Amino acid sequence: MTPENIEPSPEQSLSSETTPSPLVAALQREHPEWIAEVIYAFGETTIVVPREHLVATCSFLKTWPEGQFNFLADICGADRGVEEEPRFEVNYHLFSTTKYHRIRLKVVLNEEDTHVPSVTGVWRTANWHERETFDLFGVIFDGHPDLRRILLPDDWQGYALRKDFPLRGYEPYSLK
Amino acid sequence: MSSAPTIPPQFEIVDQPLDTQMTISMGPQHPSTHGVLRLELVLDGEMVVKVTPDIGYLHTGMEKLFEYKKYQQGIVITDRMDYLNPLGNNLAYVMAAEKLLGLEIPTRAQTIRVLMCELQRIGSHLVWLGTHALDIGAMTVFFYCFREREKILNLIEAASGGRMTPSYFRIGGLMMDLPAGFEHRCKQFLDDFPKAVDEFHTLLSGNRIFQRRTQGIGKISAEDAIDWGLSGPCLRGSGINLDIRRANPYSGYETYDFEVPVETDGDVWSRYMVRMREMKESHKIATQALARLQPGPVKADAPKVVLPDREAMKTHMDALIHHFLIVAEGFDVPAGEVYHPIEASKGELGVYMKSDGGPKPSRVHFRGPSFVNLSALPMMSEGEMVADIVAIIGSLDVVLGEIDR
Repeated sequence: MTPENIEPSPEQSLSSETTPSPLVAALQREHPEWIAEVIYAFGETTIVVPREHLVATCSFLKTWPEGQFNFLADICGADRGVEEEPRFEVNYHLFSTTKYHRIRLKVVLNEEDTHVPSVTGVWRTANWHERETFDLFGVIFDGHPDLRRILLPDDWQGYALRKDFPLRGYEPYSLK
Repeated sequence: MSSAPTIPPQFEIVDQPLDTQMTISMGPQHPSTHGVLRLELVLDGEMVVKVTPDIGYLHTGMEKLFEYKKYQQGIVITDRMDYLNPLGNNLAYVMAAEKLLGLEIPTRAQTIRVLMCELQRIGSHLVWLGTHALDIGAMTVFFYCFREREKILNLIEAASGGRMTPSYFRIGGLMMDLPAGFEHRCKQFLDDFPKAVDEFHTLLSGNRIFQRRTQGIGKISAEDAIDWGLSGPCLRGSGINLDIRRANPYSGYETYDFEVPVETDGDVWSRYMVRMREMKESHKIATQALARLQPGPVKADAPKVVLPDREAMKTHMDALIHHFLIVAEGFDVPAGEVYHPIEASKGELGVYMKSDGGPKPSRVHFRGPSFVNLSALPMMSEGEMVADIVAIIGSLDVVLGEIDR
């Protein structure tokens, strides 16, 4: 990597509103089984990935010459609501430090089975992100080297960012 | 005659004490942990064998709180995350909401946002510089830094009314326009500031003790930096030229002329130099933004989202109705999800915002740069001396308010 200023070229961006980006089309040709759904909204591209293919997709995207998504910006969970099925989603925000484009991978989960394979083998930065998602949503990352709570105390009961968790908490930590 | 008492293995006296390992707890009250960070250190003499950061002492459930607040009420929560860079947090949050709403922000508002954010970036770097030098043992720098920072806080106070918690950016623009005389005061500050940076260089950069404490310490290679998700000055200190202001420009940053400082050694010194040079670049951007300020609106033309003018409320029925609706019920945001990254003073600050169509977000997540940068601390500090941990934490520029959220 040279320290010269690299100017981004806007045509490389993935931000097409509704038309499938060539990148996603290329991925779809190579590995159609990895893509359950593609969403284009607000200038962002989301690929819903079946969770059994998540690690394979991530390792492929990381070294794929056309994508070069070598930077895992963020992992965050979301709860769609208590009645929703599937209830949880885990979002992976990928970024390329060479092509400057972004993509979101999404894994959807049912309430009964919140297991996701860990991507700590692909990016070591996933470690703390996955711990945070485990801590706040109870998503279990299989293969994570150190899956402990990170923000809340070890003896905390329940998962704080789930929609059915009360804002003021349960005993003995609840705020009256 | 009694038999010799059996000694548990951990209390056995070993002949060579330097061969034994010792586990100690550093923090959460240690002054150089910048708040309430606790590190579990396994030491072999003075050498660090293992570091396990323990965070969460400042966790206040902000991401949960967002889900119970209307969009415009969430802005004040963001001030309290990275409390050294509140305007950056405001910007990331409001821009995520604006992306969902599809709002066009007037040019004057954009320029003022850039100006204020760059002032704030300088202010944040000044606190970093002062405390980093203080941790290493150079006390004088702290006072010089806080003297300059005071001027920036005064400017932010003049514009927004708050020093540490401005909440100056609103969804659709700004809280209000800059006050009369602001431009003159800002120009005075910007004229004097380069001299102050030179002063910091005189105090620190040529100091041999400071150089010995920082050069070659806490090294991280470019590949590791990307693998660990480092961003901002920490990543640029490892030789990667990546600045979100250049890579994914926002608020018109693509039209400003500035350099992205890059250093290649990946040690504490490189990160120090990157931030020192960044202050000058921020000064350059702020000067350009100030020169560009033209009269114009500072709020988007979106009566259902942006609070109306006070004068209009007194004469126009619809303005009054909109005011009541926005304050009492908020505004509905189209369903969907966005991730908006900005270049905050510490690195990539990303906001993931998910809306289900109502007046309150369904999920707001902050990708804090400090959180990710701190996660690489064990990798950087294992094998170093225990006193260097302090220098490495300082060079990461962590703010626990953002890490714990």
